[in-house]
Amino acid sequence: MTETELSIEATGLVKSFGETRALRGVDLHVRKGTVHAVLGPNGAGKTTAVRILATLLRPDGGSARVNGLDVVSQAGKVREMIGLTGQFASVDEDLTGTQNLVMIGQLLDLTKKEARARSAELLEWFDLTEAAGKVAKHYSGGMRRRLDLAASLVGRPSVIFLDEPTTGLDPAKREDMWDVVRRLISDGSTVLLTTQYLEEADALADEITVIDHGRVIAHDSPNGLKRVVGGQRLTVRAADPAREDDLRELLAQIAGAVPADEGRGTLTVPVDGEDVLPDVVSRLRASGISVEELSLHLPSLDEVFFTLTGTRSAGDARTASEVTV
Amino acid sequence: MTAVTFDSPAGAPARPQRQFKQLRYAGVLAKRNLIKLTRTPEQFIDVTLQPIIFLVLFYYVLGGALGGSLGSGGSRHLYLEFLVPGLLAQTIAMSSISIGQNMNADIEKGVFDRFRSLPIGRAIPLVGAVLAEFFRYLLVVVITIGFGYILGFRVETNFMSLLAAIGLSICFALSFAWISVWVGLKMRSAGSVQGVMMLLVLPLTFASSTFVKVSSMPGWLQAFVKVNPISHVVDAVRGLLLGSHAQLTDGVTTASAVGWTFVWIAGILVVFFPLAMRAYVRRT
Repeated sequence: MTETELSIEATGLVKSFGETRALRGVDLHVRKGTVHAVLGPNGAGKTTAVRILATLLRPDGGSARVNGLDVVSQAGKVREMIGLTGQFASVDEDLTGTQNLVMIGQLLDLTKKEARARSAELLEWFDLTEAAGKVAKHYSGGMRRRLDLAASLVGRPSVIFLDEPTTGLDPAKREDMWDVVRRLISDGSTVLLTTQYLEEADALADEITVIDHGRVIAHDSPNGLKRVVGGQRLTVRAADPAREDDLRELLAQIAGAVPADEGRGTLTVPVDGEDVLPDVVSRLRASGISVEELSLHLPSLDEVFFTLTGTRSAGDARTASEVTV
Repeated sequence: MTAVTFDSPAGAPARPQRQFKQLRYAGVLAKRNLIKLTRTPEQFIDVTLQPIIFLVLFYYVLGGALGGSLGSGGSRHLYLEFLVPGLLAQTIAMSSISIGQNMNADIEKGVFDRFRSLPIGRAIPLVGAVLAEFFRYLLVVVITIGFGYILGFRVETNFMSLLAAIGLSICFALSFAWISVWVGLKMRSAGSVQGVMMLLVLPLTFASSTFVKVSSMPGWLQAFVKVNPISHVVDAVRGLLLGSHAQLTDGVTTASAVGWTFVWIAGILVVFFPLAMRAYVRRT
């Protein structure tokens, strides 16, 4: 097995639902043992892509392989290797945590005893031991997600699909879920995760594929993607709003470009590198402009998306109530 | 915290024979449906209270009047003999409605996605759900015949014939359930499943040999009644439970009714199992 071996290999995936063209030729390449984020707003085609890769949907065109096996003609074998956690927690609400996991275990050919042992192990890992005997209906949202994820791990899958695993979780629970994903990776699994949270892709993924309207619009590492929209940026905000024009002039001199106005007196300008920082500080002091904010950063993924698609994805996506197709 | 490993399914034991595996999966999923049933005991009303209420109503309210229609010496007791096999078939048809409703409600939740992503046969989640119905149908048969017994109904044949009648009724029920499963997968809401199934079940169970003698109906209706699967089930059960006492539809013998019942069981399965599977696969 080589470093570059692909766990997921999709070429030209096309899928329509009636008039809606959910996927218009999507390529995905996920290296073994990595986390790959598919990033996009609601309706971009993320869930459709995952459902095809997880053998739940047949593509209208294109092909996909998981661990070298075709998801259409060898679907049965693919199902033995994958774990899927859907967008909506797919646990059986009328069953207890243990009953849910034991059932999955038995459907994966574990004996009842083995299924029980595996269930106990996973429940402990996901901090659900106390709730093991409770009906899942009475679980909190975060507990359901954890049980759902546990259910997708019963068969020790080598490829795990997480379709928007943290949508609807509060920030603390989201961090917990991120830790879980990191642990899956440390155990050698490959994870394909879809998200509309830009910081999530940034925090977890080795590589990111950005899709919009059923098309791949970018594919790179998080840092590589950030570089697409230029180098580092300097962000400065004057303490005294009256000095904003002086500040703008000073920044224009340093960077040789017109600073962009980000609102509330914040100015941003592209710069060559961090070497510029001491110069900025000394010039600010010399001009007597005091600042409230001074930072050097790569463009956020939000800005990347804006550059790539011309729309502010994240804001739209988080308020959109439509169901992702 | 326990160490959890994520290597490929090495922990899985040697896999048993393929053909038995699918059967075992269906059993696991049938158990799931049974657990769900026991969590909502009101789901048993249609197979427990309903046959009792119907028996009481038809026996005491209509039995006196309808008994006379069964020939000279007709009585309420004679009507009870006629009624119990009929009500058994009707209750079975009615109690098939709930599986479609449950399927409709169930499939919208993500748990079917989980089943689809597991290496089990595609049909297994549906087969498991229908197998779990076996226990509800067994309850229908036991309660209908049992409460009939309290009212004075007696099996006139023998124990083997009783078992055959019970077996035949349950086989028919398990086949008929696939119509409900198909409707359940096609409809947009659980409420509409009930509506559509009632439209099917009411004409089928009343325009049959269930409650009155077929010879009392107009000719055009008799033509329908005589091919109606419910009529065949009712006549078959009457013949098996009452032997020579049974008032079968003209020209029907117990053997022919049993034969036609099996034809219908197979016919419904051949048509509605593939339809249900297609609806299931398409519903994503």
